[in-house]
Amino acid sequence: MPPAFANRVGHQLVAFLLTVRGLGAFALIILGVIFRKHKVAREVMQPRIRHELARSGSNLIPVFTFLALALGFLVVGQTVTQLGAIKVPGLVGRVMDTVVVRELGPLLAAMLILARVGAANVIELGTARATGEVEALEALAIDPVHYLVVPRVLGMAGGVFALTMFLILGALGSGYVMALLFFPDLTPPPGQYLAEIADWLNWMDFVLILVKTVAFGFIIAVVTCYHGLAQPLRQEQVSGVAVRAVTQGIVACTLLDLVFIIVYLANGLV
Amino acid sequence: MSQPTIKEANPFPVLELCQATAGARLDPGVVLAADVNWTVNCGEYWVVAGEQHAGKTDLLMLAAGLLPPVTGTCHLFGMDARQLDEHRIAERLRVGLVFEDGQLFPELTLLQNIALPLQYHRNLSAEEVVRVLEPLFDRMELTPLAGRRPAELSRNWRKRAGLARALVMEPELLLLDNPLHGLGASHRQWWLKFLDELHRERSLTVVLATDDLRPWAGDERRRFALLHEGVFSPAGSWAELCRTHARTVAALQAGAETATAN
Repeated sequence: MPPAFANRVGHQLVAFLLTVRGLGAFALIILGVIFRKHKVAREVMQPRIRHELARSGSNLIPVFTFLALALGFLVVGQTVTQLGAIKVPGLVGRVMDTVVVRELGPLLAAMLILARVGAANVIELGTARATGEVEALEALAIDPVHYLVVPRVLGMAGGVFALTMFLILGALGSGYVMALLFFPDLTPPPGQYLAEIADWLNWMDFVLILVKTVAFGFIIAVVTCYHGLAQPLRQEQVSGVAVRAVTQGIVACTLLDLVFIIVYLANGLV
Repeated sequence: MSQPTIKEANPFPVLELCQATAGARLDPGVVLAADVNWTVNCGEYWVVAGEQHAGKTDLLMLAAGLLPPVTGTCHLFGMDARQLDEHRIAERLRVGLVFEDGQLFPELTLLQNIALPLQYHRNLSAEEVVRVLEPLFDRMELTPLAGRRPAELSRNWRKRAGLARALVMEPELLLLDNPLHGLGASHRQWWLKFLDELHRERSLTVVLATDDLRPWAGDERRRFALLHEGVFSPAGSWAELCRTHARTVAALQAGAETATAN
């Protein structure tokens, strides 16, 4: 192996490990602050948390409505046309459950929130850092992690969960309409469709969706806030850092999704 | 029983830097002021002069306990500044820092900006905050602007709001970074008068950094220090400053006059 290449790989590996260590430490700090300071400054913090919940949740309902319709149409359209010849009873319900509920719903919701809110997080916090707002908070003896990061973490965790549920329900509905319109002979009546989905759902699905979406939200918030806040920045560095944070967020969410696939497999849910 | 004097109530210096080295915020490896030995006692009014980019802001951050010294120690009210963590909020709040551009939070109104430390540390409701802040707003002529956001205000008012925010928690040591820089003539006069009044009324300890010594030139009530080419010199009186650093003071005065003329 040429030394230059080995050096580059070594540098990349060290940089990766340092980032992982930094993210891990930052996540622990955030958890510590959430638990230690949950009663501190409620008059200030509660409106901030509500604002972040709206930003990562209700404000995104229009785009998630579009996504839910598209996802239902796409999944049913593609899978039913491909597998229609097999004539498997309960196919639509099973496909919707496996693809939408377990996989695409949570992951798509996380990716969209990462793109819409996570990128904004990095830019806002990076700018706050570069323009001295973070120092201003410290000068007022206000913990920047508590004031700036905790609302974003809670907002994103709640937002990813709520919007994933919205997306799943929307996609299940739109998928059914799609199937009814285009594949009436393969589509069961509404009651049977719901029963098929319910049959394929397991109590573990509900637990795992909750855990998975909250974990997605937490990871996105940690990665984006870490890059915006945890290191000194100049204004010209903010855009580059935003790109890096979004990329790392995508990688982190995908890796976490792999972990959940293993959990599904281990529990015989796939 | 008689009231304790200020000196008796505050047995330690307000600020004490011993062999302290100030590094740059963005790159602590860059030394801006080395081996600083400086004692600020209760009720003193210090003017720290230095050219632009001399490191005055970083020195103030160090003095405020926000930037750890690269070497040496920084004590505030007799306590190592590194110990002023979240468990010692009350001690931390004895220091107020006014940033050069006010450093207000852009998403908050002027009232919310100034009220933030009160709301955060005392958990006051919005109504209580308005009641508590009314006299301060009136005195600082900020009442008509309370609902505006920083972007809607001129630099004059943003800086004044930054001062109000630093004063809300009634600090004993007020650090000001270039307070008169970029202000209109009437606002400069207002600041000088207001700082004098604060210093007199509350026996507030004032340390301000500036690149324009003219407003304080010849004022023998003030104490002066110079930060020049990485060397911090707490000269003392105006006469002493002029005697020991005549050329630098003259250069600063000339630079300030050129800047004003431009």
